[in-house]
Amino acid sequence: MKLPLSLKKMFRRRIVLVAAVCLLVVVLVSLFAHVVTAYDPNDTAVSERLSRPSAAHILGTDELGRDLLARIAFGGRYSLTIAALAATGSIVIGTLFGLVAGFFRRLDAPISRVVDAMMSFPDILLAIALVAILGPSMLNVVFALVLVYTPRVARVVRASTLVVRELLFVEAARAVGVSTFRILWRHILPNLMSPILVQASFIFAYAILAEAALSFLGVGVPPDIPTWGTMVAGSQQYAHQALWIVLFPGVAIIITALSLQLLGDGIRDLLDPRLKKSM
Amino acid sequence: MTTRSSSSPESSLGLRLDVRHLSTSFTTDEGVIPSVADVSFSIRPGKTTALVGESGSGKSVTSLTLMRLLPRTAATQVAGQALYTNAKGDTVDLLQLPEAAMRAIRGNEIAMIFQEPMTSLNPVFTIGEQIAESLRLHKKLDRAAALAEARRMLELVEIPAAAQRVGEYPHQLSGGMRQRVMIALAMACGPRLLIADEPTTALDVTIQAQILQLMGRLQTETGMSMLFITHNLGVVAHHADDVAVMYSGRIVESAPVRGLFAQPRHPYTQGLLACLPSQQRKRAASNEAREGPIGPRRLFAIRGQVSSPLSPPPGCAFEPRCDQAISGCQSAMPGLRLDDDGRSARCILTPQSVSEVS
Repeated sequence: MKLPLSLKKMFRRRIVLVAAVCLLVVVLVSLFAHVVTAYDPNDTAVSERLSRPSAAHILGTDELGRDLLARIAFGGRYSLTIAALAATGSIVIGTLFGLVAGFFRRLDAPISRVVDAMMSFPDILLAIALVAILGPSMLNVVFALVLVYTPRVARVVRASTLVVRELLFVEAARAVGVSTFRILWRHILPNLMSPILVQASFIFAYAILAEAALSFLGVGVPPDIPTWGTMVAGSQQYAHQALWIVLFPGVAIIITALSLQLLGDGIRDLLDPRLKKSM
Repeated sequence: MTTRSSSSPESSLGLRLDVRHLSTSFTTDEGVIPSVADVSFSIRPGKTTALVGESGSGKSVTSLTLMRLLPRTAATQVAGQALYTNAKGDTVDLLQLPEAAMRAIRGNEIAMIFQEPMTSLNPVFTIGEQIAESLRLHKKLDRAAALAEARRMLELVEIPAAAQRVGEYPHQLSGGMRQRVMIALAMACGPRLLIADEPTTALDVTIQAQILQLMGRLQTETGMSMLFITHNLGVVAHHADDVAVMYSGRIVESAPVRGLFAQPRHPYTQGLLACLPSQQRKRAASNEAREGPIGPRRLFAIRGQVSSPLSPPPGCAFEPRCDQAISGCQSAMPGLRLDDDGRSARCILTPQSVSEVS
């Protein structure tokens, strides 16, 4: 699988290319927030509160006169970090359990039942309950999101493992004298990369939305940390006076989540042999 | 085939592999299915023993049992002995070895090639890496040395531009090339016994001949033994030294290859040979000479189907399909009758001379 070639193939669909560019812009703006804007995200200037987008404040200011662009850019760091950590955590743990459940039949039933039980809770409710118990902090939000998304990954990975396990090259590897651990790690796991990659991009998108929702409901990140969710939550009562305060962070959430979803779709279409002809 | 009338477990009579009374059965929801029952055969050093039979006769289960590669989750019962004489000259029972010792033998002393070259290679690794894995595992070579050796193995199996192919992925190769890679993989550690499970069945006829020729060449060069599993009697005639014919999980006849083809003793073997188009031509020619031209020639086929392993016939498993069946055939499964010349057949019509085993 040569990456440049497959990337070219994926970007043949214009929308996937647009999504990738949008995502790149969002990541770069967050990463180089101090270059993008001269303002500090927490500097208040009451005289300039609720000012419209202008040359001085490109996206305007919020109810405390904080520069919105600065808050969105720096807030992106937190939002993206939380989502990335949640996605990474759930992918790693979910893959581990999914592999074990799919490969060792004896452990399949216990793991799968726990996964089913966890998935029977509505996602956001479980996260709310967890953060409510653990207390609002960035780490607890990450922890709650990992717990919510791990079962999804485990289920997908288990299903794929069941398929790959039966392929002849696994038996061939055994016939060469490869140990069980090595077969799992070296022969099966690399063959699961495509579903895992697709899941990762989707979970990243879900986690951005979920973090925003949690913060909006007040059971997410503490309000003094600027994330896109806390921005929408904190400013909602001023929305009828100054729509831009909730509009711009909302747009940031939508663009990022949508781009990730589209990118995930693109990866899935690229890797799914049944859809190859339509590309 | 070597006659074994003595039953002392430790003497393997200079054989490389001596399988005795091997039985494998699976427990399913419908009951216990005896997939392989009381199978005995042996493989001489540097020689090829062919295991012949139709689909479902237990050939592949036999080979997987020997390699201890049956799915561990399937409820399987294995009985019997598989005495393997290793490189040091010690005789070990493959069925009793601890898993770690077995892993050291797999791919090292005993290698295996499979029927489906399209799926027996891992799609995400280069073929060089896959050959190198075996070498790193068993010969403790480092990565660079193993890859260099992998390239040498590809040259050995006559893959053109081996230096370039070593870095390619399985999907870039044709079926014949992949089977060569599988052979290179199997041969990498210099095995003393190669189990080939229908290695050419999935290939074009022209490629088949090349692959068989290659395997024959490698065998003469290395002196390895081969267990050749196939349903292709033409291949058996050209490449095997000894033949064991399986039907419904049991060996029905075993003999040196010449004897078997010249004078098949079991009705099933006779039927199989009669199914060959070349035999058909011969028979038709002699008939025409005798009776004048007759209608369109038809290929011979053994009538009926293999009986279900869940409800086997009371007597001989082949009796329902046998044209020579007599009344005694239905009463009991006949034993394997040994002859003076080292041949044996599981049929009450064959003359019995020495003793009856099982």
